[in-house]
Amino acid sequence: MAEKKKVEKKKVQPAAKGKTKAKAKSEKELTIRVCVGTGGLAAGSKEVIDAFYKELDAQGLKAHIEKKCVNKTGCRGFCAKDVLVDIIIDGSISTYQFIKPEMVGRIIEEHILNDNPVEEWLVGPDYHTFHDKQTKILLKQCGQIDPEDIEAYLGIGGYEGARKALALTPFEVIEEVKASGLRGRGGAGFLTGLKWELCSMSKGTPKYIICNADEGDPGAFMDRSVIEGNPHSVLEGMLIAGHAIGSNYGYIYIRAEYPLAIERLEIAIRQATEEGFLGKNIFNSGFDFDIKIKQGAGAFICGEETALIASIEGKRGMPRSKPPFPVNKGLWGKPTVINNVETLANLPSIITQGASWYASIGTEKSKGTKVFALTGKIKNTGLIEVPMGISLKEIIYDIGGGMEKNRQLKAVQTGGPSGGCIPASHINMPVDYESLISIGSMMGSGGMVAMDDATCMVDMAKFFLSFTQHESCGKCVPCRVGTKRMLEILTRITEGRGREGDIELLIELGTDIKLSSLCGLGMSAPNPVLSTINFFRDEYEAHIKDGICPAHVCKALRQYIVSPELCKMCGKCFRVCPSGAITWQPKNKAVIDKLKCIKCGACFEACPFKSIM
Amino acid sequence: MIEKRCEQILDKYHDEKGSVISILQDVQEAFGYIPEETIFWFSEKLNIPASNFFGVATFYAQFYLKPRGKNIITACCGTACHVKGAEPMINRIRADLAVAEGEDTTDDGQFTIEKLACVGACSIAPVLIINKKVYGNMSPEKASKTLKEFEKGSPE
Repeated sequence: MAEKKKVEKKKVQPAAKGKTKAKAKSEKELTIRVCVGTGGLAAGSKEVIDAFYKELDAQGLKAHIEKKCVNKTGCRGFCAKDVLVDIIIDGSISTYQFIKPEMVGRIIEEHILNDNPVEEWLVGPDYHTFHDKQTKILLKQCGQIDPEDIEAYLGIGGYEGARKALALTPFEVIEEVKASGLRGRGGAGFLTGLKWELCSMSKGTPKYIICNADEGDPGAFMDRSVIEGNPHSVLEGMLIAGHAIGSNYGYIYIRAEYPLAIERLEIAIRQATEEGFLGKNIFNSGFDFDIKIKQGAGAFICGEETALIASIEGKRGMPRSKPPFPVNKGLWGKPTVINNVETLANLPSIITQGASWYASIGTEKSKGTKVFALTGKIKNTGLIEVPMGISLKEIIYDIGGGMEKNRQLKAVQTGGPSGGCIPASHINMPVDYESLISIGSMMGSGGMVAMDDATCMVDMAKFFLSFTQHESCGKCVPCRVGTKRMLEILTRITEGRGREGDIELLIELGTDIKLSSLCGLGMSAPNPVLSTINFFRDEYEAHIKDGICPAHVCKALRQYIVSPELCKMCGKCFRVCPSGAITWQPKNKAVIDKLKCIKCGACFEACPFKSIM
Repeated sequence: MIEKRCEQILDKYHDEKGSVISILQDVQEAFGYIPEETIFWFSEKLNIPASNFFGVATFYAQFYLKPRGKNIITACCGTACHVKGAEPMINRIRADLAVAEGEDTTDDGQFTIEKLACVGACSIAPVLIINKKVYGNMSPEKASKTLKEFEKGSPE
C-alpha cells in the first residue's frame, strides 16, 4: 500500500556548500513526500527516506529538515509504481516513480538545487490517466493530509459536517441521507438512511452504532486505506450517524491484521476527544458520544452483522437467524446500526455539500462513488475511486492501463468470494449494484481482480470455494456440508478425475445451498462456481471430457508443447526452464521434452509470442 | 510468572462485558500462544466456563493453543496473490524448510509457516511476510532467496 511520509514545508536555501553552491537561490518552500505504507515499505521506501536525510545533510540542508516534521500521510492509490516520491517546490509538484536510494543524490542535486527535474525518472502519462478518470470524494484527502494530526483534518473543513448535523434534528439528518441515495458499501447495498430510520424508530436504550471494519474479503483493502489515510472522516461519520439514530456509543470492529489502521484510529480517537468532538456535550448541543475499538480475531464470517455482534460480545462469531434485525435487537439486545467504513466516511461530505450534490453523481439507483481495490494481472494496480455507473472498460483500460504483458483479458472478478466473474465480452457494462447482480456477480465491498488467459476459471472457483468452506462457521448444514461436497467435486475436476454429470451436480448443489443457508456467507458461497459455470462452461468441460486445463494452471492436467508455427526462436523459454526440459539453439525452434518437464509453467509465462500451449 | 501476567490482564478487563476475546488476545500477546493453564485460571477468576474460552479460542483463526516457531513466515493467499502464484511460492518455501506434510512448524522450532486470507497489499502480490516485514512481488525463486538471506541475517 502506498502512503507517504512527508518532509513538510521547510524553507530551503541552498547553503554555502563548497563547489556546487553555484546558483544562490532565494528561499523556497520544499516538500518531499515518500510512500511508506505496506507496499511502499516492501519496495524500500524507508531506505529512500534515509537516503534523503543523508543527502540533504550532506548538502548542508540539515538545519531545515528536522525529524519532527516528518509526517505520514495516506495512500494515493497507485501502489504499482512504488516507491513514489513527490518533490514540491513552491507548490509545483513533480512526481518520481520507482525511486531507489541511490537515485536520491541526483534528484537533490539536479532538481532541488538546480531546478532541473530528472526527466527520465518522472512518472509517465499513465500516472495521470490513472488519476484523471477517477472521482475522488473519500480518497481526496488520503495522501494529502497527515492522518495522525487532527489539525490537518480541521484545516480541510474536518468535523464541519458533524457540526452542521448536530445543529439539525435527527429526523432532518436522516432525511438528508435518505435523499442522497447513499447505499451501504459493505456489499448488500441497503439504503443507509432507511436503516437509520428503522433503528431510530426502534424502542430500547441505549442504542449502538457499529463501524464494520472487518474487511475480510481476500483481494480487498479499501477500508484499511481509508482508515489509514483519513481516520477522522470515519469518526466524524460515526458521530453523524450516532446523532441521527440517537446513540451515544460507537464501536469500531476492526481486523487485528491491520495494526497500522488500529494505531491511527486510536490516535484519532484520542485527539478528537481532546478537541471535544467526542465525549460530553459535543458542540454544546447536549449530545454525548464515545467510540471504542474492538479488534477482530480472524474470522471472515464476522463481517456478517449478527456474527459481528456476537464477536463484540466476546462469543464465537456465529450468525443467528433474522428477524429480529440488529436495528431492533442488536448488540447486547439493543437497537444497533452497523455501517461499513466507506459508508460512514461518505457522510461528512454529504452533510456539508448536500444530498442533491451527492445524488448528482452516479446512476439512478446507485449514487455517489465507489472505492475499488484494483488488482490482478493488470498494469496499474492500486486503490481507485470511481463514480457509480462507470463502464468496466474504462476501469480496466483507462485507469488500469490494460493487461500486464499485453495478454488477453479473460474476466474480471468482483465481490470477492461472494461474487462472480464478468467475462471480457461484457466489458462495456456499467458498474453499479443492479448491473453487477444481473450478471450473477455483486458489488461486494470492492475487490476487483482482473484475470487473463493464464487464469483457470475452475481453479478460481475452487480457490474462492475453499476460502468460504474454510470460513464457514459450521452452524447450518447447507453451508457446512454443501460447500464441502462442492469443493470435493471441484478438486477432482482440477485433478483430472472429473465425471460426467459433475457440472449439473455443482449447479444443483449450489442452487440449493443458496436457497437454504442461514446467512449471507452460505447464500453467496456458490456464486463464484455458478457464475464461472455460466460463462466458462467450456473450460469445465475441457477439464472433465478432454482432460485439459486450457489455462495450464491445474498441474495434473498440464502438458506443454511449443507451437512450431508461432515460435520465433527467441530462446526465452530455454533460459527460464529450471529442469532442462527445453532444447533450443539460436535460429532453431524450441522443443519441450515431456519426460523432463516438471510442469512449472515458467516457459508459458516467459514466451512473448504465446507459442507455448 | 504466568500468574503475574494473567493478573495484569485481569485488572484491565475486570468490569468489562464480553471480554473473552480481548483477554485471549492479551494472553497470546504475552506468551506467544495460549497456554491451557491460563484458560482455567481466567475461567475460575471470572466465573466463566472454560468451555467458553476454548470455544472462542478454536473458532478464531488468530488464536493458537500450541507454541509456534521462533520466526513466523506468513504467505498471503488472497485473490490477487493466488492469481499471481502464491501456491507455487508456498510450496517452494515448505520444500526449502523441509516442513513435513500436514505440519506448519519446522522440527527445530525455528520457523512456522502460515497462510493468511489477505493482508491487503494486493498491488504487490504475491506477498510474503517474515516476522512482520513485508516482501512484495515474490516468485518461488525470489521467496527462496529472501528466506536464505533472512536465515543468514537472523541472530540465532
